[in-house]
Amino acid sequence: MSLQTDKRDFSERTLDGLGDSFMRNAVGSAQDSLKTRRLSAATTLGDWEQWRNVGQLIRQHTLQNLDYYLEQLADNVEKQGGHVYFAATKEEASSYIRDVVVRKQATKVVKSKSMVTEEIELNRVLIEAGCELIETDLGEYILQMDDWDPPSHIVAPALHKDRRQIQRVFSEKLGYTGDETPENLAGFARTVLRQKFLEAEVGITGCNFAIANLGAINLVTNEGNGDLTAAIPKTHIAVMGMERIVPTLEEMEVLDNLLCRSAVGQKLTSYITVMGPSAAGETDGPEEFHLVVVDNGRSDILGSEFNEALQCIRCGACLNVCPIYRHIGGHAYGSIYPGPIGAVITPLLGGYDDYKELPFASSLCGACTDVCPVKIPLHEQLIMHRQNIVQQRRTGAGDRLQMKAASRLLSSPALFGRSLRFAHSASRLMSKRGRIVRGPALIHGWIHARDLKQPVKQQDSFRAWMEKRKGGAEQ
Amino acid sequence: MKVSIFSTCLVDLMTPDVGIAMVEVLERLGCEIDFPASQVCCGQPTYNSGYLKDSKLAMQNMMLAFEHSDYVVGPSGSCIAMFHEYPKIFKGDPQWELKAVALKEKSYEFTQFIVKVLGVTDVGASLEGTATYHRSCHMTRLLGEKETPYQLLEQVKGLQLEPLKNSDNCCGFGGTFSVKMPEISEQMVDEKCGCIKDTGADILISADMGCLLNIGGRLSRKGEPVRIMHIAEVLNQHQSVVSRGGSRT
Ligand code: SF4
Repeated sequence: MSLQTDKRDFSERTLDGLGDSFMRNAVGSAQDSLKTRRLSAATTLGDWEQWRNVGQLIRQHTLQNLDYYLEQLADNVEKQGGHVYFAATKEEASSYIRDVVVRKQATKVVKSKSMVTEEIELNRVLIEAGCELIETDLGEYILQMDDWDPPSHIVAPALHKDRRQIQRVFSEKLGYTGDETPENLAGFARTVLRQKFLEAEVGITGCNFAIANLGAINLVTNEGNGDLTAAIPKTHIAVMGMERIVPTLEEMEVLDNLLCRSAVGQKLTSYITVMGPSAAGETDGPEEFHLVVVDNGRSDILGSEFNEALQCIRCGACLNVCPIYRHIGGHAYGSIYPGPIGAVITPLLGGYDDYKELPFASSLCGACTDVCPVKIPLHEQLIMHRQNIVQQRRTGAGDRLQMKAASRLLSSPALFGRSLRFAHSASRLMSKRGRIVRGPALIHGWIHARDLKQPVKQQDSFRAWMEKRKGGAEQ
Repeated sequence: MKVSIFSTCLVDLMTPDVGIAMVEVLERLGCEIDFPASQVCCGQPTYNSGYLKDSKLAMQNMMLAFEHSDYVVGPSGSCIAMFHEYPKIFKGDPQWELKAVALKEKSYEFTQFIVKVLGVTDVGASLEGTATYHRSCHMTRLLGEKETPYQLLEQVKGLQLEPLKNSDNCCGFGGTFSVKMPEISEQMVDEKCGCIKDTGADILISADMGCLLNIGGRLSRKGEPVRIMHIAEVLNQHQSVVSRGGSRT
């Protein structure tokens, strides 16, 4: 899968999402329960705002000194016998990984959940190279079994499915005969996957944070599949976006605390591991360790007006509170990164040609900005995108005209006063019993779902009332 | 205390009663009111749509309109929050940055002004009924004002307040969002209407006219008999009419 998950246009995808009442129920109730869980987990930390400030500082500091920390990381990984590869593009990243896999003559590869491997289309590349590739995260495994259905959430990729659908996928594709209880479904998947872990020659994981001074990576999972993927096969390849780095374990601890609470409303998830190349003489762990650091457009974002987007720790909290995501679901974004952060970074990574609608798919309610554990001003970044899109004249001519006219009207007292005079009589032509029933595009969008009263007569406007009083007082 | 009213274009054009109620409440609380007539709109609709250059004209007009005011008070958390964005927007602009900061520092949303500047929570209002309160996103999150409307409403005699489920969720207005993405907006406002109906309240109160027009328009389309009131209208309900001048009765 690449960044783009669906080539249809945004409005088509949206209607699809809106029409999927099943998905909407699943997303809505997940949001409702995650919200309360997140809040109660956050309070256990004490002053959550203070933690967010520290989280933001850590991320900003690391980004400002990214060169330094990446170099330190690479040095330390190599000192321990690991290999580091800096990939400028997604093609470079996935072909490096393919080459390692081919060199190892691996036919079976296990993989733990990682958004950046989606971004670099790793699955496709490896399957084309003739590998059997198994996703080991339960959610990802379900999607793989369901003919590679795209993920719809960055933390819970199969959020749009319920157990009945999962049971159907398992029984159709894997001959599962059990019931639809989560325990039995997970137990069944575990048995299948256990065998795969033992057979695979290469394990590929993402990386929540790389720890520069240790030359190690940090994995945070709830199922422990990441640890098995990294530890059992003889070769471990970890893939990271180049910004996912912390100076030391101390900063990692802060960010893991923020991450787990924000993502799933738990104090910490079940498995938090720090690992890297195995030291000489160690009997467990892989024999070979590769770290692939993926740029793929990130250095263009670095230092730009969108720099803060790189602070993201991919917790998914902004998705969990987003009212738009709630109703259209993850697939409507057409990107592996949905929700508010997706609407910010997808156009940066994939360009406005394909994604110019995403920044407008927000009511700018600010819920995302409010919840983000590292304080990315998400809704402001959406406005910045809109400004760019307008500046590049990518909005329709109709929109431009309406907005220009509106801004002239709304900045000139004289014009506004005059239009007050006409608004009522003009709207009379469009009204029935005091309610507007037709009008130009903007009005049409509104009255499609809602009633709209006519504007008042000029002499009844608030400013006329104020004028009258003033006049009265002066007499 | 001298207070300049910022009526907002929506109140001016669509719901003048809200502006009038605001003036009457503030006057009862001892404020001296004026209305700089050159004000129009805070620039939010075009700014949020990405038309930065054009929207700056509206913003500059507002900075000049209120240049000589001591306090600027408006019946909309959202529009006041927009004022609070001006310093960021005009940062580094020698001609306008200071004016932007000055406007930010003296502007208050209506309930915020009463509680935080006037130090009053009981304005002597009374209204019989069951109500629920819709908190607007821009007021709570962008302006950062969560408490003052509740503090005032709790003191209204006879009024019973019912909590609103998922009160943090946006009602789907979002200015031009509601007309540019009508299908999504419709689902959002529908869910909000459902939550309002579940409270059993007969009155829906908010401190933002945009949200109220949106939710009210949808409730009316669905034939739900919920009465829409801006908080200024609620606070202006009082038995002993002591309004100084200007009452419309
Ligand atoms: S933008 Fe913030 S809230 Fe959203 S995923 Fe990234 S870190 Fe989490």
